Amino acid sequence: MRPDDRKYLDSHEWAKLDGDLVVVGITDFAVEELSNGNEGDLVYCDLPDVGREVEQGETFGEIESVKAVSDLNAPVGGEIVEINQEIEEHLETLSEDPWKKGWLIKIRPADASLDHLMDAEAYEKHITVDH
Amino acid sequence: MADAELKKTSLHDAHVALGAKMVPFGGWSMPVQYASILDEARRVRAHTGLFDLGHMGRLQVTGPDAAKFLDTVVTSFVAKIPLGAIRYGLVCDENGGPLDDLLLYKTSDEDVFVVANASNCEAVLAWLGERTGGHDVTIEDRSDELAMLALQGPKSQAALQPVVEGADLSDVGYYKFTFATVCGIPDVRVSRTGYTGEDGFELYFPDGEATRVWNALLEAGADQEIAPIGLGARDTLRLEAGMPLYGHEIDREHNPIEAGLKFGISFKEEKGDWVGRAALEAIHAAPKRKLVGITTDGKRVPRQGYALYDGDREVGHVCSGAVSPTLDTNIGSAYLPVELAEPGRTVDMDIRGKRQACAVRDLPFYSRTRK
Repeated sequence: MRPDDRKYLDSHEWAKLDGDLVVVGITDFAVEELSNGNEGDLVYCDLPDVGREVEQGETFGEIESVKAVSDLNAPVGGEIVEINQEIEEHLETLSEDPWKKGWLIKIRPADASLDHLMDAEAYEKHITVDH
Repeated sequence: MADAELKKTSLHDAHVALGAKMVPFGGWSMPVQYASILDEARRVRAHTGLFDLGHMGRLQVTGPDAAKFLDTVVTSFVAKIPLGAIRYGLVCDENGGPLDDLLLYKTSDEDVFVVANASNCEAVLAWLGERTGGHDVTIEDRSDELAMLALQGPKSQAALQPVVEGADLSDVGYYKFTFATVCGIPDVRVSRTGYTGEDGFELYFPDGEATRVWNALLEAGADQEIAPIGLGARDTLRLEAGMPLYGHEIDREHNPIEAGLKFGISFKEEKGDWVGRAALEAIHAAPKRKLVGITTDGKRVPRQGYALYDGDREVGHVCSGAVSPTLDTNIGSAYLPVELAEPGRTVDMDIRGKRQACAVRDLPFYSRTRK
């Protein structure tokens, strides 16, 4: 079971409330799909500039592996107030700790509700059914 | 396409048991990788790797007019292929647009074995069938009854020879083939060919034996550090070696002249007329664009469809791209106008609004030293 202190998107991002901010990352499943268990297969992560406004569901960045590029989608709308600058040079962090150290961006949400997202149980079901 | 509609080779379960990640490719469920794509590519360059190519299309053209007929529909000069030799060629439409690229194995003037791409095999079969005219030929689809495996890498001969009887593989030259007993199976077609830029072999034998031969080769090649290799590494290796992939470097809109495949095209008088000849001769006389290599020091990997810019002007597009473990940089293939297709020139690659500089290179990026 994945952490139940956060919510999930069907495109494999996670969103966690942290005070009045929403922290966003990608799940271990997403990392595994991209890298197939080989962290060296992740080649690039493109994160947005701080200050950018995103809408819910909008692509805020990209992550690239040896074989493909995947979009990173915003779980909530709002202003991007912080990005994890360590990630671009240390993609292995995503393999090692996707839940904490591997966070990608923090959003100051227009509406702090995460009710439209899946809980850990629903996400678990989602990745079992589809894959 | 839903997974259930994908075709499976006889080795599907063997791939899954080896931990392969299976992906759709040309209507088939195929292993894209068993481990790391980069490690698999390195292994083929340094040792040897085993590939399941059971998805490839295989046709046999037989009859008194086999070679004569093929000379009217393929680009290479089939009548002039020596017996026991193999040539690369293409099937093109009247405009010189390829329907597919092929390997042609000439067993005799009355028996030519043709290897086509998985996704194009049916189209090629239909195209050839409609154009036999008065020729006395039979075209048979042998794809389902034959397994196809490749061993690629400098240690391939050492890995394969122990299971071969009746042939010394040293005698099988590059782009030549023979029939030998492999793993006790008689009359296995064994060719010194491949799609990686390395020395290696391709084997064709009854499909029912696929799993047994696959396992026997992994065992026989253990001393040579053999490993199964997926289509991901195969794509990287062929791109490093400058080999085209249908749907990327060539398709109906991208002719073989501008793709640098003149070696597979014969304009010889004696070959007579063939479908696409006039169009390709005209393109040969005045090509507009050229397939080149691009390398980039940036982190982003060239990907099919990315536009290339010279300043503000869009000048071309990326056909294929890969992280190259052999060159230790990111590589791609791309079409550029001939005046820009000079090694050393720089063009910008557009990645959804962001630019990254690329250097133009001659293809191939990699060629092994042949014995």
